[in-house]
Amino acid sequence: MTTQFEIQGLKSSIEGKEILKGIDLKIKGGEVHAIMGPNGTGKSTLASALMGHPKYEVTDGSVTLNGEDVLEMAVDERARAGLFLAMQYPSEITGVTNADFLRSAINARRGEGNEISLIKFVRQMEGKMKELEMNPEFMHRYLNEGFSGGEKKRNEILQMMLLEPKLVILDEIDSGLDIDALRIVAEGVNAMRSEDRGFLIITHYQRLLNYITPDYVHVMMQGRIVKSGGPELAQRLEAEGYDWVKEELGIVDETVGQA
Amino acid sequence: MSTPTTSFGRDAAAAISRSKNEPAWLVAQREEAGQLATELNLPKPEKLPLTRWTLDQYGVSRPGKNVAAVSELPEAIKALLPEENGSALIVQHNSSVIFTQLSEELKAQGVILTSLEEAARSHEDLLRKHFMTAYAKDEHKLSAVHAALWNGGVFLYVPRNVTIEEPIQALLFADDAEATFMPHVLVIAESNSRVSFVEQVASSLGETTSTLLHNSAVEVFAKSGSLVQYAAVHQMDNSAIDISYRRAILDNDARIEWIVGDLHNGNSITDTKSVLKGNGSTSDSKIISIGTGNQRMSLTTQAVHFGRSTESDMITRAVMKDESTAIINGITKIEKGATKANGQQTEKVLMLSPKARGDANPILLIDEDDVKAGHAASVGQVNADQVYYLMSRGISRKEAERLIIHGFLDPVVSEIPLKGLREQLHRILERKLG
Repeated sequence: MTTQFEIQGLKSSIEGKEILKGIDLKIKGGEVHAIMGPNGTGKSTLASALMGHPKYEVTDGSVTLNGEDVLEMAVDERARAGLFLAMQYPSEITGVTNADFLRSAINARRGEGNEISLIKFVRQMEGKMKELEMNPEFMHRYLNEGFSGGEKKRNEILQMMLLEPKLVILDEIDSGLDIDALRIVAEGVNAMRSEDRGFLIITHYQRLLNYITPDYVHVMMQGRIVKSGGPELAQRLEAEGYDWVKEELGIVDETVGQA
Repeated sequence: MSTPTTSFGRDAAAAISRSKNEPAWLVAQREEAGQLATELNLPKPEKLPLTRWTLDQYGVSRPGKNVAAVSELPEAIKALLPEENGSALIVQHNSSVIFTQLSEELKAQGVILTSLEEAARSHEDLLRKHFMTAYAKDEHKLSAVHAALWNGGVFLYVPRNVTIEEPIQALLFADDAEATFMPHVLVIAESNSRVSFVEQVASSLGETTSTLLHNSAVEVFAKSGSLVQYAAVHQMDNSAIDISYRRAILDNDARIEWIVGDLHNGNSITDTKSVLKGNGSTSDSKIISIGTGNQRMSLTTQAVHFGRSTESDMITRAVMKDESTAIINGITKIEKGATKANGQQTEKVLMLSPKARGDANPILLIDEDDVKAGHAASVGQVNADQVYYLMSRGISRKEAERLIIHGFLDPVVSEIPLKGLREQLHRILERKLG
């Protein structure tokens, strides 16, 4: 069965302030959706709310992955159901090596009694790290500790590759990446494109979309998706900025919280 | 059997000394200490009153049974040995050392490993010059009691320019709560020598109404250019009290690395101090602790800089559970004249229970202008963002917290020089954190 991810009327607030004001979006396996928009319009909130960050309260709406109610699930259950969020600011965790962490994550998904063998795991991890042009030494480093911005982002993509999720959300994966790192990350994502995997790419620059061609582009403003289109929409935004969208829709201030 | 001694003085201490056939100066030292013990006050650890602690049950001498081979050691002791065929091992069982092993190769290089009691007879000069000079018998009542009643003990001498590759192991074990258990470890590392010493303190006391008082001391003398790594893991029953004063005196360009797991289950006072006497000497201290039940702990690290261009770094990390209390003190003292000294310290406490208490007290005392010094201290709970991050990869909350807590202690655990002891340490952590 191909992946079906559906968001309906999603509203979310942080500390009592409503940020998402009703999001509707359907992503099927094989599709790449890009969400674009200026800063402060709710893009990252959408990513965090979908993953279940404890600070974001969902006040209305539904999210389903292959018919299963995602909002009912705890964060780890969402991950095991096939949701993956490459974070904008991944945590650094002292004392937990990258390898130990990844093995725990893989085994959590495989379940007890079905753990991956150490040899197989190391082989997989080494292979994927090579594809991402990561220094093998990063396997034994503490998770994200002392990693540069670009190294953290590659490490997020490494996790995505090893965990093989059904629905991938990339939250500003391109921020802080130089052009080489951007290419490597994009190649990693492209290698993972498949019929049973959907992508939601959040970015406010078009440059990532030069490497990963989206099927659909959505513009977010004021906590809503205000415009959708094909890849040509991203190109127009890159060339002309967001002002024409605001003008077309009569929006003065695109950020959340201003009517 | 006689009842445990609850008070003693000059005469009792002298009797001990004579029974061990000790030289006159040592008899006199025990006598003086015995006298001091009746006069001096208990130490006053910061924010931790000792009034309800049973610190006056000194026990009676209960020597263990000497054995000739590792295979003859009591099972409980054998189970604690991280590596059975090490080149150097010394074992104290209750009030005496019962086994010493040192490879012929090390003996040929002039390395000495004996009980301290034996060294008092066979290496009197070395002992007299160093013993109880870094940890004075008149510091307080506990140091006086120690100086009067110490038993068994370890004497390690590393001649100049000798490098010992494999760690020297010491296992100090008690299974009799009424025994006097007061080992003293004396390490002398001569110029340009290198040695790694691993000390384990453990007990198996079973059900008992007595309090075992482990009133111990460590003195390390690192002569110029030497490197001493001192690893210690303490894990006694909660009916024991752990008093561990550790001292290192560093000559020019010497270095000490303390790697300590203060993982005792009962009340404890530990004080780990490096005196950077020589120019260019350096000290690195890493201490971890886990508070469980209602244990009370005072954990102190100290660095005193006298020499120029001396460097110290002290890290203490504690995980506090249940209703435990830990007062963690870091004291960096830079004396006048210690120019270009650099003293850094960090205390971190992870609180796992609302009823636990963890205080971090960083103290900098600086009497010289041309120095660097810094401190960082934090007390907090498991970081919610870290838990979220791990969970977002499918790891359960429980496992995520376990990873974070173990990770918090890993910077010390991973530095323990013996693989077997490291694994043992992981088991202790699992048990204490479980």
